[in-house]
Amino acid sequence: MHALKRFAALALLAIGATGARAAVLAEDRADMMYHRYQGGGITVQGPSVLVRKKFGESLAATANYYVDNISSASIDVVVSGASRYAERREQKSLALEYLRGKTTYSASYTNSKENDYKADTYSLSVSQDMFGDLTTVSFGYSQGLDKIGSSVDPTFKDEIKRRDYRVGVTQVLTRDLLSSFNYEAVTEQGYLQNPYRFMRFLNASGSYSRGPEVFPRTRTSNAGSVMLKYYLPWRAALQGNYRFYTDTWGIIAHTAGIEYTHPLWNRWIFSGSYRYYTQTGSDFWSDLFPRAGYQNFMARDKENSPLVTQTIGLGASYEFPIEWAGSWLKKGSANLHINHMMVDYSKFRDLRAFPPGTATPGTEPLYALDANFLTFYLSLWF
Amino acid sequence: MRKPLLILGAAALLAATACAPIEPWVKPYEREHLADPIMSIQGDAVSASYLDHVFEVREGARGATGGAGGGCGCS
Amino acid sequence: MNFPTKTLRALLVGAFLATPALAVAPAGPAPAFQLASMAGKPVSLDQYKGQVVMINFWASWCGPCREEMPILEKLHAKYKPMGFTMIGVNVEPDSAEAAKWLKATPVTFPILFDTKSEVSKLYSVASMPSTVIIDRKGNLRWLHRGYKAGDENEYLNQIRALVRE
Repeated sequence: MHALKRFAALALLAIGATGARAAVLAEDRADMMYHRYQGGGITVQGPSVLVRKKFGESLAATANYYVDNISSASIDVVVSGASRYAERREQKSLALEYLRGKTTYSASYTNSKENDYKADTYSLSVSQDMFGDLTTVSFGYSQGLDKIGSSVDPTFKDEIKRRDYRVGVTQVLTRDLLSSFNYEAVTEQGYLQNPYRFMRFLNASGSYSRGPEVFPRTRTSNAGSVMLKYYLPWRAALQGNYRFYTDTWGIIAHTAGIEYTHPLWNRWIFSGSYRYYTQTGSDFWSDLFPRAGYQNFMARDKENSPLVTQTIGLGASYEFPIEWAGSWLKKGSANLHINHMMVDYSKFRDLRAFPPGTATPGTEPLYALDANFLTFYLSLWF
Repeated sequence: MRKPLLILGAAALLAATACAPIEPWVKPYEREHLADPIMSIQGDAVSASYLDHVFEVREGARGATGGAGGGCGCS
Repeated sequence: MNFPTKTLRALLVGAFLATPALAVAPAGPAPAFQLASMAGKPVSLDQYKGQVVMINFWASWCGPCREEMPILEKLHAKYKPMGFTMIGVNVEPDSAEAAKWLKATPVTFPILFDTKSEVSKLYSVASMPSTVIIDRKGNLRWLHRGYKAGDENEYLNQIRALVRE
């Protein structure tokens, strides 16, 4: 962590020294989005509204309001014996950008609130164009504080302190090929588990009993990714990306994705994507522990279990003719992206139909999740 | 030992970027394809951040999903 | 914790002190060229000897270039009677998009098509847009890299001075 901080400081030196010539801040815009996720007994939907405004040529502000309206009877809820619950998470963020020469400085604040979880995140980043604008180097730092409660236990109170370091280099390779390399390290301290989950262990009578999960109170992760985007001669784009992830909990994950973008009929842009994700479980994960107190850390949360996720997506975007609006609108588009996600858990078992005593523990069927999620949004540029 | 090395490294980086400029092999007037909106690597902020959120909630991994740059390189 | 914070402070100060240089004064005769024009007849630079010439390298895909065009049109209209001409050199290999954009936003000054990037190379175009101002004797006097709202004031001052020579 110390070495990374020094590296960041060092690179900021290079940023300050390169000759300053102007780049541009992105245009004023407003986006109104409806998002919907449905799968595994959960429905989450809501709006996301974003407004961005430039003040002169050097300063811009972006504000975002996002809501998750959750209705959940997920496997975790059902197995715990609870009934379907509804919840609402509200997220607000404000970001400022300042452009000076070829350097963009950004600062942002995000607040997320739901009845049992509050999160505050502060972020800073610097981005610099160099070598004839062929290279963009960026550094980012975020700091977060989460305050956790529990709707089943009003006395429960804990928190997470989080630090996030990001480095990225985007490099133009040829007039048709772009590459981007990103590295991100996250370190967290505090209550890193979910208060509504439990682990299970084999009990004396041959069935299983529930017990509390015990997670480490620290977690440090490192992720590195590479992305290539190629312009195809018939005017289309093909993007490929790969990310490698590892953390101190023993999770190793690989993510690979491709996306093809194809404009058609002057105003339409269509896209198709496929994403493959695989992770090992955390070191202290097990679907069924041999006994209570088997080891110091014990987890059974499906999110940190060995799994494979495959997601396919389709997108369509329509740019409306400007004559519809008049001179105050520069450009406008309507966009729809639909995705189908399939998660296969290789060790997490589906206990919904198998309360203790109904099956030999460890023989219950493995759980699999199918979900669909979509975003529909209107973007207006001023 | 580490401090002088770091200073040396800083000086080298400074020299590399300020004194010996690398000639861009893709000229500013050759960036037509890179300036095309379909070649954007950021994606619309509302949908890109939502996508990251969907995966982060359901998977163990997080991070390294972003990228700045590319585009027309105009001033 | 001492080293990073001290260095960070120094860097931020250094970054703020770096002053942007947008207009430079090149020297020497402006390289001669001849290109096909939108009007049909090929146009060469020496047709304009004796006049102050402002060459703007632009592309339809470049935001700041498109923003600048109405301003260039105004400059051309204002100073033409005083022996000034604006020339727009479009750098796109395929002129279709540029022609389409000009249909919607027409200009009265000559638009030339540098489809083979010969003139861009000749003038070492290092940013989009790029603008050079040439005096009545055919010498390069000013080079502007990029365009930002407010740059037109510099253009006005420079053109006014050169037109009086």
